[in-house]
Amino acid sequence: MAEVRLENVCKLFDEVVAVDEFNLSIQDKEFVVLVGPSGCGKTTTLRMIAGLESITSGDVYIGDRLINKLPAKDRNIAMVFQNYALYPHMTVFDNMAFSLEMRKRPKEEIKDRVQEAAEILGIQELLLRRPKQLSGGQRQRVALGRAIVRKPEVFLFDEPLSNLDAKLRVQTRLELKKLHERLATTAVYVTHDQIEAMTMGDRIVVMHDGFIQQVGSPLELYDRPANKFVAGFIGSPAMNLFEAEFNRAGDGVSLRAGDFTLDLPPEKAKHFQDYTEQKVIVGIRPEDFKQADEHSPGKTIPAAVEVVEPIGNETYVNVAAGNVTLTAAVGRRAVIKPHSSLNLVPIFENMHLFDIRSQESIVNN
Amino acid sequence: MAIERVGSKVIKFYVPLAAYLAFLLFPFYWMVNTVFKSDIELYNLDLNPLYIHSPTLGNIVALFTETIFLRWMANTFFVALSASGPTGVAIFLGYLVPQTILFIPLAHTIFKLKLWDSLWALVLTYPTFLIPFCTWLLMGYFKSIPKEMEECAMIDGASRIKIFRRIILPLCLPGVLSAGIFCFTLSWNEYLYALAFISSTAKKTVPIGLVTELVRGDVYHWGALMAGALCASVPVALVYSFFVEHYVAGMTGALKE
Repeated sequence: MAEVRLENVCKLFDEVVAVDEFNLSIQDKEFVVLVGPSGCGKTTTLRMIAGLESITSGDVYIGDRLINKLPAKDRNIAMVFQNYALYPHMTVFDNMAFSLEMRKRPKEEIKDRVQEAAEILGIQELLLRRPKQLSGGQRQRVALGRAIVRKPEVFLFDEPLSNLDAKLRVQTRLELKKLHERLATTAVYVTHDQIEAMTMGDRIVVMHDGFIQQVGSPLELYDRPANKFVAGFIGSPAMNLFEAEFNRAGDGVSLRAGDFTLDLPPEKAKHFQDYTEQKVIVGIRPEDFKQADEHSPGKTIPAAVEVVEPIGNETYVNVAAGNVTLTAAVGRRAVIKPHSSLNLVPIFENMHLFDIRSQESIVNN
Repeated sequence: MAIERVGSKVIKFYVPLAAYLAFLLFPFYWMVNTVFKSDIELYNLDLNPLYIHSPTLGNIVALFTETIFLRWMANTFFVALSASGPTGVAIFLGYLVPQTILFIPLAHTIFKLKLWDSLWALVLTYPTFLIPFCTWLLMGYFKSIPKEMEECAMIDGASRIKIFRRIILPLCLPGVLSAGIFCFTLSWNEYLYALAFISSTAKKTVPIGLVTELVRGDVYHWGALMAGALCASVPVALVYSFFVEHYVAGMTGALKE
């Protein structure tokens, strides 16, 4: 039973800031995913919790214990590494038993606990093999087994699925989630894959350049991204982001970008009085477009279709509207040919606007 | 078609391989050849030197009866084994200085330590070139072990020493064995220090003993020299063949998953 708390945690590598002012409180039994592009500081944060990286400033707590100076072995955590880090000269059993052996547990207990973990993961018949006799998926399970055999307070996962092929990754993702429900242990999971983050996390922490960009449940992040970075990072295909200029048009305001204008509905327009005659960043998700038969100025975006991507459950079109390129979802079986033209109608209620300087969201829906 | 292919493989692969092998093994052949010839035959330029016309065991008998060759063998064994072993760990010197320059200050040190003309002089000086060599050889080995494995062991609760003993060392065993064999061979064949630091006949190693005792003035006792060289090469050959599996693994990298 442990919550993990990070307070103002910073990490400097020489002069380079890897993690800055990291504040996060992870509840007991919660599954938190740290996600971000490479070099954003997510792995460094995880390694600081693990005790593999020193903490430059700030405090890390597991439960009520301040663990800043505690060596990794005394933190009661278990970590699954990207390359699994199985000991190649030991059998699966010995790999799983190693940590218990180091803690001088009685032989009988070690045997029982390895057996129990092997049963949970369905790897009983692999116990006498060596890592190099195992497939990628099996190695992954052994790495998991090695972590759960200890019954730690916190699980740390460092991109554990990225060495698996796409199909196995999806399958293992589900199993990991089930495993977490069964073991009910606090877990911190690092990945660069936003789909993995969305599907697995109770809460997601989006990081960029060492800073937390936003913390929230998967759908919170999707529906109300706090800034342009989160908006562009979460969601696949990514949100359309383009610059536009606010102009006063009669009572309301209109957005001008590329070779089209969009008149904002009055209830939306009232939020943007401060931004008239200024540039903003507009964000529209691909699925937030409808189609119209005819072009109507101020309401539709006339666009030329460049590429059509049918993926079965949805068809995406890549279109150009002046110098703005957009991706739009046009339905499962839409018949659209490249080089034809389309009239896209954005759903204004789901539109996002970001300040061009601070890149923060101006109004979250 | 098939015959053609086999033929081309013989010409392109086996013929050059056989030629190369003959080239490499020729010195050995010459050595064996010389061992079993009498001096008369050896110096008779009219005879084909590649054949033995009247074989004799005289040279081998002379080597073992007229010299204390067995003692030299024992000496060489002692130095090679001791220098490759734990005494080497204590000394770390002269990584970049060539051996030929280094032996002057080393000789001074050896003299001061009153180790002159003692086998310990060699035991203590060989590590000066063996340790840097082994360090260099094993560095690649240790580097090939992923850092995560060490970190994982740390989280698993192992101390640094335990990690080294239980994880790192077993994984590097082929490399350590290779380094050991290399050290043994280098010490076994070492010439310069042995020549500089040992003067009494009873303490010479094979390379020195043969050259200084069997070349008398300008008279080369070829047969006995070659017999000595042949006998001295046997232990090295045995060590190599015994460890060849590890040795080959050592040459091709440590960790394959």
